[in-house]
Amino acid sequence: MSEQSHGGPEHTGAVEHAGVEESGKYAIDNPGLPPHRPRLADEDPKAAKRAERQVAFLFGISIVGTLVFFVGYFVVGQIGPDTPVATVRLQNMLLGLGTAFAMLGIGVGIVHWAKTLMPDHETTELRHEVRTEADRQIAVGMIEDIVDETQVKRRPLLRNTLIGAGVLAILPAIAIFRDLDDTDNRSDLATENFGPERLRHTMWATDVRLVRDPTGTPIKASDVTIGSAFHVIPEGLNELEPHEMLNQKAKAVVLLMRMNPEDMQVSPERENWNVDGIVAYSKVCTHVGCPVALYEQHTHHLLCPCHQSTFDLARECKVIFGPAGHALPQLPIRVNEEGFLVARSDFHEPVGPAYWERG
Amino acid sequence: MSTSTTNEYQASTPTGKIANFMDTRAGLSPMVKEFGRKIFPDHWSFMFGEVALYTFIILLMSGTFLTLFFDPSMAHTTYEGSYKPLYGVEMSVAYASALDISFDIRGGLFMRQVHHWAALLFVAAMSVHMLRVFFTGAFRRPRELNWVVGCTLLILGLAAGFTGYSLPDEMLSGNGLRIIDGVVKAIPVIGTYISFFLFGGEFPGDDIIGRLYILHVLVVPALILLMIVIHLFMVVVHKHTQYPGPGRTENNVVGYPVGPVYAAKAGGFFFIVFGVVALLGGFFTINAIWNYGPYDPSPVQAGTQPDWYIGFVDGALRLMPGWLGDFSFKWDIPFPWGTNTLALGVLLPALVPAGILFTVMFGWPWIERWVTKDNREHHILDRPRNAPTRTGVGVAGIIWYCVMWAAASSDLIATHFSVSLNDVTYWLRALFVFGPFIGFIITKRVCLALQRKDREIVLHGREAGVIEMTPEGEFRERHERLDDYRLYKLVSFENKKPVPAQPGRDGKIKAAEKQRAKFNRWFYEERVAPVTREELAEAKTHDHSDVPSAVEGQDSQSSIGH
Amino acid sequence: MKALSQKRRHPVAGLALLLLGLLITGGLYSVASTMNQAQASNTGSSYSAEDITEGEKLFNANCATCHGIGAVGTEDGPTLVGVGAASVNFQVGTGRMPMQMQGPQAQAKPNQFSDEQTAQLAAYVASLGAGPAIPDEQYLDTDSEDVDLGNGGTLFRVNCAMCHNAAAAGGALTRGKYAPSLAGVSEQHIYEAMITGPQNMPVFSDANIKPEDKRDIIAFLKQIESQGSPGGASLGSLGPVSEGLLVWTGGLAVLIGFMVWLTTRSS
Repeated sequence: MSEQSHGGPEHTGAVEHAGVEESGKYAIDNPGLPPHRPRLADEDPKAAKRAERQVAFLFGISIVGTLVFFVGYFVVGQIGPDTPVATVRLQNMLLGLGTAFAMLGIGVGIVHWAKTLMPDHETTELRHEVRTEADRQIAVGMIEDIVDETQVKRRPLLRNTLIGAGVLAILPAIAIFRDLDDTDNRSDLATENFGPERLRHTMWATDVRLVRDPTGTPIKASDVTIGSAFHVIPEGLNELEPHEMLNQKAKAVVLLMRMNPEDMQVSPERENWNVDGIVAYSKVCTHVGCPVALYEQHTHHLLCPCHQSTFDLARECKVIFGPAGHALPQLPIRVNEEGFLVARSDFHEPVGPAYWERG
Repeated sequence: MSTSTTNEYQASTPTGKIANFMDTRAGLSPMVKEFGRKIFPDHWSFMFGEVALYTFIILLMSGTFLTLFFDPSMAHTTYEGSYKPLYGVEMSVAYASALDISFDIRGGLFMRQVHHWAALLFVAAMSVHMLRVFFTGAFRRPRELNWVVGCTLLILGLAAGFTGYSLPDEMLSGNGLRIIDGVVKAIPVIGTYISFFLFGGEFPGDDIIGRLYILHVLVVPALILLMIVIHLFMVVVHKHTQYPGPGRTENNVVGYPVGPVYAAKAGGFFFIVFGVVALLGGFFTINAIWNYGPYDPSPVQAGTQPDWYIGFVDGALRLMPGWLGDFSFKWDIPFPWGTNTLALGVLLPALVPAGILFTVMFGWPWIERWVTKDNREHHILDRPRNAPTRTGVGVAGIIWYCVMWAAASSDLIATHFSVSLNDVTYWLRALFVFGPFIGFIITKRVCLALQRKDREIVLHGREAGVIEMTPEGEFRERHERLDDYRLYKLVSFENKKPVPAQPGRDGKIKAAEKQRAKFNRWFYEERVAPVTREELAEAKTHDHSDVPSAVEGQDSQSSIGH
Repeated sequence: MKALSQKRRHPVAGLALLLLGLLITGGLYSVASTMNQAQASNTGSSYSAEDITEGEKLFNANCATCHGIGAVGTEDGPTLVGVGAASVNFQVGTGRMPMQMQGPQAQAKPNQFSDEQTAQLAAYVASLGAGPAIPDEQYLDTDSEDVDLGNGGTLFRVNCAMCHNAAAAGGALTRGKYAPSLAGVSEQHIYEAMITGPQNMPVFSDANIKPEDKRDIIAFLKQIESQGSPGGASLGSLGPVSEGLLVWTGGLAVLIGFMVWLTTRSS
């Protein structure tokens, strides 16, 4: 702002104030605080007495609230295996109601007290500068002296080696977090390699049977009628150690559906990946990894409930709506001699969201 | 010792004796002197910060209770607790202990719900508090650093919320973590490794809950506490801002002393906030973890959303189209060593809107200072209408945020208003682009209109609601002049004119300075000037004549673009 | 293949396609059901000839406009040959059929026919071709000793929650379609929906989810519906969105009320 707009402070270098009061700046001069208007309780002892009773009543409500809390806690009593959900709800409500009244009684009471009985004269306090100009000059001078006495400016060798040492000294603090992912040196985890290569492989392999999630029972091709959808995991997944099971499941989950073969577009290299219209696709969304499990049997659309990526099953799960960037990977399947569905191989590309090393 | 105490101040009342004891041991008198009668201005909009502070205290208390029972372990167990529909289900110890808190510990469910409601309220109160600070210009010198501390607190609040949301290890938050994993993996070069380091290997691993837990109960709350201390210290140093009004100047604070009125009101308000949170916790289910079941990478539920404050990022992810025609935002870049993948469809929406929002937020005090060249101290707040451009920018930001926020619930908008999910997304995509501009224009117009209305009231008085008939038989509404106290509030703002580009030391105008002048014009060119002394005097002379005032007076339009 | 699907409007092609689909469905279904001992009779033989003739009258009067005489299907409605009694009982019993108007999805509404009429319609359609029959009572008995709620819940979350929401509150599908809330739906209708796959819902035949498992799922649904939410009002069981909405409109609004009261002067 240009200085003349508000007169301009004379003390150059000092902190400028926005509206240093001067007469004539605004259409009228600051009239000062409005006259104090007394409240009912200030003038009428009866009103003051009434306010006092009201506050006491509110504190009384708080006492009742605390009692309600104890009723909820001790009378409704211990909850356990035989407690109906309705009792849990009742207890929760009583605890909430009790606490609410206990707190609101005190809070509203105190505020009412402050508003009606404590002095309500608005008062004025002057602001002072955050720090005075003189102080600042002295401080700056001191800092400069201190820096000077260290001689750091005159001896750049000291400065440079210190900076170098300091930068290096930070590195261990970063390096020490390296073993946040220690899977490569843990013998109990059967991963052959550390790094992104893990994301390329799932439990699916040639002749691994498709089994139902979560029961683990195998699926016959004839079980899969047109319009049906099966949630599928690879056989043997449930037998894994629990932690490894979840890691593998996160990559291996598959949705198995059957469409009329007439309605499907099949690219030449995928001719034998389906069984009479029975197709298996990775259930992990290629956007950010939610399970894409919403299958509409008439439109043949697969919808992800997290960000609404939509895939067209009839066109090899191409993206037709939403944020996903590539199609869901297809699991090649066939029927084995016993009539069960098995995988022909692992997925031909990494499942799930894109990552830098995916290629 | 006793000999030297003969001249000491002797307290006569019990209160005085306690005070004497404390002061001689801990030296507390200067603090009482400083704070005992410190003045705080009273306005309802100044209390959002208090709500945030109080909900944080409630969070510390309820959170401490929860840590006594919660076991952040991802070890495998079979649930044998009291909730029947999950009996015999395999799950992690963390989820089982969260269920035990809900169904086997008296008051545990209540504390869980209080904790979660308080968390939602904590971030909401911080957000509204920041909006209040923004729209009233309270971030201006000398308070810029405190604004930055506040922004940091907001981010820490989001971090606290997110780390806590994931702890029960149930299906909803598990899928939330999976989304985080997908977003992290989209970061070029290092993303995949960050994901491995975060989860201790592949997703989900068995480390993440324990790691989030220590962040949630120790690191993040400690940082929040530190920031709150700095924040409040600076409030004391600066003294509180105040709205313009009679008796209020840049050099004073008008309000109530801490003791007793302000302390009573603020203290009482803590109990009120606690009471409201307790009502929510007692009567409304929040985070029904028993519905979601244990985390398993296979199931998901319709309506998978994060808590509200992360919603805008989730919404941005939903709005982003993965494909434009035949062009995919998943970009496979052929390098000499092989092909790398850049998942722009994830990276852009996850980082860009939040990045813009937070950068502008942190930098706004300096952006505005650079544009306006206003480097003075401000203790009197702007009424939002008197800073139309800033208010417009703020509303544009709110609209942008809210569009993304709404997008995070696009599926629920679709089912509850019986519209197509896809159409909701198309509309929100359009609003994402155009909404902020429309919001800015409308808000600026509304501000200018309100300023004109203020002028009108100053010059011609307010409408009294009394219809009078003139001797000629004409009907008119009587207008009443405001008293000086009310009048002062309406006229005491500066007529901020654009500052043209200033030459530098070498006498030349730099390109950046030209740009600044352009922004500056945009900031101030359209404005309604405050009523001047002369205008007021003239309006008053008209008043004294027989002609009723309302019809006369200068056309306020003319004050536009002085 | 593409050509065929694009010319679906051509009546003959559409009919051929539907018949082909139904032949495969029906054929596979009978294979599946013979493997499954628990499968109830699916021939419609339990209905009397009188039911069938009454049903045919009702059908011709109310359904044939869209589904055609003899339920062979028209441009406006698919053939019902082989859809089975369960499908009729579900579609008519929940009021979805007859449809009020063409739209993305048939809506549930008050039932247009009495239970007896519904049974007669079911008898008639069942007589046209083999299809899923009305489920056996024993699989609808949610109070049975053998019910495993935990198993029902797990199966529900894997197979159903992604569309119907973990608390069965419903959810959105593409282009205006949706998965409805399951609150208040009868045991029989839930079972029938699973075996027939109404609208865009996939079929969960007894070969996919065993009848006992279906009963567990139904029992789980009935349990969470009857017990209510332990924490108080459920806010529609919609998750964080309704919670966020309440904290802004309820929580913060109430606090603003208190703030305004707190800072106004007492009279």
